[in-house]
Parts: sequence; structure tokens; C-alpha cells
Amino acid sequence: MAGSEYDVAVVGGGLVGAATSWGLAREGRRVALLDEGDRDVRASRGNFALVWVQSKGLGLAAYAGWTIRSSNAWGGFSDLLKQETGLDVCFQRPGGFHLALSEKELEARANILKRLHNQPGIVEYKTEMLDHSQVAKMLPDIGPEVVGASYCPLDGHVNSLRLFRALHTAINARGVTYLPSHRVENITKDGGEFRLHTGKGEIRAGKLALAAGNANMRLAPMVGLEAPMRPERGQIVVTERLRPFLNYPVVTLRQTDEGTVMIGDSKEESTDPSGLTIGVSSTEAERAVRQFPLLANVNVVRTWSAIRVMTQDGFPIYDESETHPGAFVLCCHSGVTLCANHALTVAPMIARGALDKSLVAPFSARRFHVQAAG
Amino acid sequence: MFKRLVDAGETVSLKVDGKSIRACAGDTVAGAMLAAGVDHFRTTPVTESPRAPYCLMGVCFDCLVTIDGVGSRQACLVPVREGMSVETQLGKREAGR
Repeated sequence: MAGSEYDVAVVGGGLVGAATSWGLAREGRRVALLDEGDRDVRASRGNFALVWVQSKGLGLAAYAGWTIRSSNAWGGFSDLLKQETGLDVCFQRPGGFHLALSEKELEARANILKRLHNQPGIVEYKTEMLDHSQVAKMLPDIGPEVVGASYCPLDGHVNSLRLFRALHTAINARGVTYLPSHRVENITKDGGEFRLHTGKGEIRAGKLALAAGNANMRLAPMVGLEAPMRPERGQIVVTERLRPFLNYPVVTLRQTDEGTVMIGDSKEESTDPSGLTIGVSSTEAERAVRQFPLLANVNVVRTWSAIRVMTQDGFPIYDESETHPGAFVLCCHSGVTLCANHALTVAPMIARGALDKSLVAPFSARRFHVQAAG
Repeated sequence: MFKRLVDAGETVSLKVDGKSIRACAGDTVAGAMLAAGVDHFRTTPVTESPRAPYCLMGVCFDCLVTIDGVGSRQACLVPVREGMSVETQLGKREAGR
């Protein structure tokens, strides 16, 4: 709307909001990015940094294609960020593994992948089941308990904290107005523009993109949208820096470009991001040592937990409001993997004022009502 | 650089990077190594620059050495023991060693 101070207000300064803001700025839009404060729950500081493809989409085949699109665009996206900011986010796509520590695990894994690839409309891509000796050729340090693994050449990882920093550096350089500690209390639409009411004043914009993670559940109904979320906690164990030994990411264990090993993938219903349970982290650590025995005497330097931005069914939500045209909502738990899509595909849709249904229709929150009616 | 003011207590013998040094019972590993003229205890994981103990009270983490196979022990907090084996840590640790 001519006269609004901003073309788009993005709510949420995490990976989804920052990527969207960057993409909008590239399209020439004036953007305000509203964020909460340092003491608030901030899911984008707690990620495992995988850019992961294998096993995504069981239950919603379109998610596999959407994920692969982002994975394929990720290299170019990281090059753009490096050109603009000088920061190398160390994106690598060597392929990734999901290790099995028993025949039962291996069989279960093979079944999941078979069901995934049998779904109607699933995009074809390669995932192989490997036995111990085949895995050992690529991961020479695996322990004897590793029975086998699934391997997908499209899996990769990145330095996610540096990605976060690169995005914020880039949006700052592009003139995005970053407004921290501006918690959105209410959103109204008045005279063709959105008014975001915060404790620090009112922000007005012609369009609105809600990228506030689990808080989208509170914000979406203000603009005729819905975002049913089911936040979930994960805990991570981090080791001291080690000489490089692991050239491929494993879904629950990876070595960063700086040498530290991250160990994860717990799931709990708790939503307290400051809570840590020894039982969970020790289980993760024990499993990591069974997968890679050489980690047994390595020191842990810290553990942390974080809340996953998880929708009700685990698949992304992209929607535009019918009652409040110009309002969009974006929710996903793979903010790292889908970063390229958000920056290069979704942001231009928002800039144009309409989601491209051919790409994102399956991710509308209307799908939750279809299930309820059944 | 360091000189003992008093040579008290029993002699304790330990190895630092394979070389025997003499310490006194009650020494910390850090004190024993400094008295024996060890120049640096570790090199940093990122830039591999040399470090020696700084605070000698357990808060600076510059005195990290491997003691009897356990890495990144704070030498200033561990008393010497007869037969102890100490290794200086160079750069990033190697997993499995």
C-alpha cells in the first residue's frame, strides 16, 4: 500500500524470518523484521545444521520434492550469501547416513524408505541400503555394532550458526529494519495495511509474513490463518574440537567444520528450553559411542536443549489469508534445509502477493481439516 | 624460569611426553611441569598457538594436558602421582587416542 512505511512486516527473526526478509529485500521490498528478545525461546539457535533429504515426505509426498528443491538450490544460495557478506557457511553435500545398530533397526529403516518411495506422486531420488562393510568404506571409524545404514547422496550439512549470522548480516546490509524486543501483541488490518501492535509501538506494512515459529499458533488467528503447532524439545551433546575424522553427516551425529562433534536427536514433549535431563543426553552419548567407538574418551564441553518448531503433522505450513489478503504464514521444523526455498522461492511469492499453488498447495493448513472430517 | 624455593616432601617421578621429570609429593602437575622447565602445555585447537598455565587456580583452562589417557585435564588441579603419564596436547585432539 503506498504510504505504508514498510512493504512487508516479517514477524520472527529466526532462520525462516531472516531468509524470507533477505529474499524480499532482494526483490526490492522495504522490510521490517520484528523479533523478540534475548531471553525468549529462539528455536533458530538450536539446530543440528543438517540439510537433509532422506526419509522426508512419508505421509506427504510433496514434502520430498519441496525438500529436494531446497537441497539443490542450497549451494547457489550459500554462494550468494558469501558474495554479499564474505561469510562462508561451509555448506557440504557429501551424502548422509542413518545408521542401524541392529538388524531390526535396519529392517525398520528399509521399510520406512520403501513405503516413502512407493507413495503416489513421490519424486524419484536415490537412497541405498548398505551393509556394514559398505558403510565402513565411507565411514571407516564405525563400530562393530553398526549393522548397516541407509545412505542418500543428497544429504548434507552446514554451519547453521554462521548461516544465521550471515543472514542477519546480509539483511542489515540490504537495509531491512531489524526490530528486536518487539513482541507482537496484536495485529489488525486497517485501511488496507497491517498494523502490528507491540510494546514498543506500532509497525505498519502493506503485507505480513508470520515466521515466528511456535508463536505462529498465537499470531495466525489474528489474521484469519491457523498454525497448529506441537512444540517438541530436543537435547544436544557437544564435544571438544577434534581432528577431522567424519566426512559425512549421520542423522544423529555430525562433525562440524570447526571439529566439534554434535550428538542429538532426542524427542520430548517438554517445552522448557532450559531443561536438561541426564538420562536423555547419556542415552544419546552411549548410542554415539556404539556408532563410533573412538568417541569414548572424548570430552563433552556442553549440552543444551532447544524447542523444535513442529507442526501437528511435522510437515511445513505455507498459507495466505483469505479474510486478510496480504497475510502469509510460514512454519517448518527444517529451517536450515528449507532456507534456500524460503529465500529464493517463497519470498518472491510473498513479494508478488500470492503463493504459487503449484508448489506449496499441499502445505496449506487446510489439510488438518480434511483429516478431521475423515 | 621457575625455581623451587624449598625441596620438601618425597620425590615423585612422572613422565611428560615420555621424558621423566622429578616432582615433590603435593605438587600439582602444573607446578611440577613448570618447575621442570616445560615451556608450554598445549597448543590451541584453532590457531595452534602455544599456551602455558595462567591462573593456576582452575578457571583459565590454559593448562590442559592429557593425564593417563584422559584428555583436557586441568594440570593445576591434579596432584602428581608416582608413575603418572602426562602428554601435552597439540591442536585439536585426535579422537580415539
